[in-house]
Amino acid sequence: MAAMKDLMAWVDARLPVTQAFEKHMSKYYAPKNLNVLYLFGVLSLLVLVNQLLTGVWLTMSYNPSAEGAFASVEYIMRDVEYGWLIRYMHSTGASAFFVVVYLHMFRGLLYGSYQKPRELVWLFGMAIYLALMAEAFMGYLLPWGQMSYWGAQVIISLFSAIPMIGPDLAQWVRGDYLISGITLNRFFSLHVIALPLVLVALVVLHLLALHHVGSNNPKGVDIKKHKDENGIPLDGIPFHPYYTVHDIVGVAVFLFVFCGVVFFFPEMGGYFLEKPNFEAANPLKTPEHIAPVWYFTPFYAILRAVTYPLFGLDAKFWGVVAMGGAIAILFVLPWLDRSPVKAMRYKGWMSKVALVLFCISFVVLGVLGVLPSTEGRTTVAQLASVVYFAYFILMPFYTKWESTKPVPERV
Amino acid sequence: MKKIFATVALVFASAMTFAAGGAGVHLEHMAPDLHDKASLQRGLQLYTNYCAGCHEMGYARYERAANDLGIPADLFEENLLPSGKKIGDLMSNAMDAGDGKNWFGATPPDLTLEARLRGHDWVYTYLKSFYEDETRPWGVNNTVFPSVGMPNVLEHLQGVRHMTCAQAPALDEHGKPKFDTLTGDVLTEEQCNVVVQKTEGQLSEEEFDQVAYDITNFLVYVAEPSRLQAESLGIKVLLFIVLFGIFAYLLNKEYWRELH
Repeated sequence: MAAMKDLMAWVDARLPVTQAFEKHMSKYYAPKNLNVLYLFGVLSLLVLVNQLLTGVWLTMSYNPSAEGAFASVEYIMRDVEYGWLIRYMHSTGASAFFVVVYLHMFRGLLYGSYQKPRELVWLFGMAIYLALMAEAFMGYLLPWGQMSYWGAQVIISLFSAIPMIGPDLAQWVRGDYLISGITLNRFFSLHVIALPLVLVALVVLHLLALHHVGSNNPKGVDIKKHKDENGIPLDGIPFHPYYTVHDIVGVAVFLFVFCGVVFFFPEMGGYFLEKPNFEAANPLKTPEHIAPVWYFTPFYAILRAVTYPLFGLDAKFWGVVAMGGAIAILFVLPWLDRSPVKAMRYKGWMSKVALVLFCISFVVLGVLGVLPSTEGRTTVAQLASVVYFAYFILMPFYTKWESTKPVPERV
Repeated sequence: MKKIFATVALVFASAMTFAAGGAGVHLEHMAPDLHDKASLQRGLQLYTNYCAGCHEMGYARYERAANDLGIPADLFEENLLPSGKKIGDLMSNAMDAGDGKNWFGATPPDLTLEARLRGHDWVYTYLKSFYEDETRPWGVNNTVFPSVGMPNVLEHLQGVRHMTCAQAPALDEHGKPKFDTLTGDVLTEEQCNVVVQKTEGQLSEEEFDQVAYDITNFLVYVAEPSRLQAESLGIKVLLFIVLFGIFAYLLNKEYWRELH
């Protein structure tokens, strides 16, 4: 024990290990009223680690070539010891990542976690979300199945909707006249090296920024206003051990669901692993119905909802603009919310109605994005898109006009 | 009369306009049973005898199938392994893809993942749904896969079937049989796209259903050979997580008690 203490003292004199542990864990004071919605941050971290580890092992047996990719995935599924488990953990992990990230973002909307002084926490989070979408999109091409191929074909062709430079830009992204082994190779490189590096760096920044300003809570009360004589917030408790033991319970519940899917329903009814992807990519055969994976479908539905040409530019271009705008507008959220209070419970009825309508429109768009479009569905998608954007565009007005309830001093 | 209905495969011209695997075709349900080793072994044997000449399983290995299905390696090598193959080889065949395209109009697809691609109900119904059609190169067509390029290799077992006009259960717009609301009997109507037995095959209808079942069951196995291993390991993993969760919960409770 004494030897251990000496060793730690030796290390601490050269590297601030104990200091860092105290700053981020044992002396990081989090509000004591955090609820179950605050689990999804740590769960995102867990899924990220899962993706990194299983990804390393998949890369050992995967063959990133148009000739060998599909067969190498089946090789992993059949000939590699527990290869099926590693692959299902990775494929289920991709969907699980978006589940937890969407719930994490919902938590932010509900409790105003993006408001001052947490604007940078939100911006880094949004950058993570953007990098995650790129990572998932590129990873989806790698199995080189029919849906991998044609999904990528549809999304990359969106670049060609940009006036003047579009077609050349799309070709530059593909590296070829059509999606080919060259595209596969560059997506593989970006998927296993570039984007994971970016993701991990952004996660570090997200956490550093969070720990600098401190965690928000369901009441939006600033716990730093009331401190004891040692400068410790009266309503704060050390993250470790209180929230670490809390989070372990949440992790167990999450793992139960996650492993249930991995071991028993890895295809998840065709939503996590799409059926056409059990056929190798064939550039000469277009599938009957091309749908992106479920986590992209809300934005895909917004893209398809735009059916009018405008200013001499065709509808597809404006669809791309709307889709990009739907994601971009999330970045400026901290400056759209002009409410004096953070948490939804102290905001007025307009904010509450707006958030409910926004969530409904997001889910409706997600469902519509999976289905083939019909005239009626397009109308519903247009309506839902309007609600989606109205939530943000009208936010500066309804958050300012509505009367709010007073926020208590203490949690 | 009832017996005729029983032997009638129901198909409708409207359904035939859909492409293979498309929605709208009424599929018969089959429940795969990966624990039924005898069925899987018969399925492998049927695949080897009737399918493997044209359809390879280029991602699966003989040895894995032999081991998983409980077939001793020496028996497998003697009876099921094609000559010139080693038991550790992939179940590929010698037919050239270009030749296949010339002979059948399309290269016979690899069957390794067919059951995951199209679903087991589709495979099962497809195998049973060939009928005589003189307009097609092989003299047969398929109600589940219109204008299919494949000959009916199981015809001598099933017998010849053809499309004719007959009384058949009426279906509603969802493809479900209509019932008389008073008596509960199935309503029938005269339909001219009904497939019926023309000549008897070597097998009775029940025996042929079993053949289609066994082949489908084997295809389900080979599409995901890890399924049984996943389920048995999955139970243990979930039990461990529950146990772990209980201790985690108690630990959490112990720590938080001092706060309240």
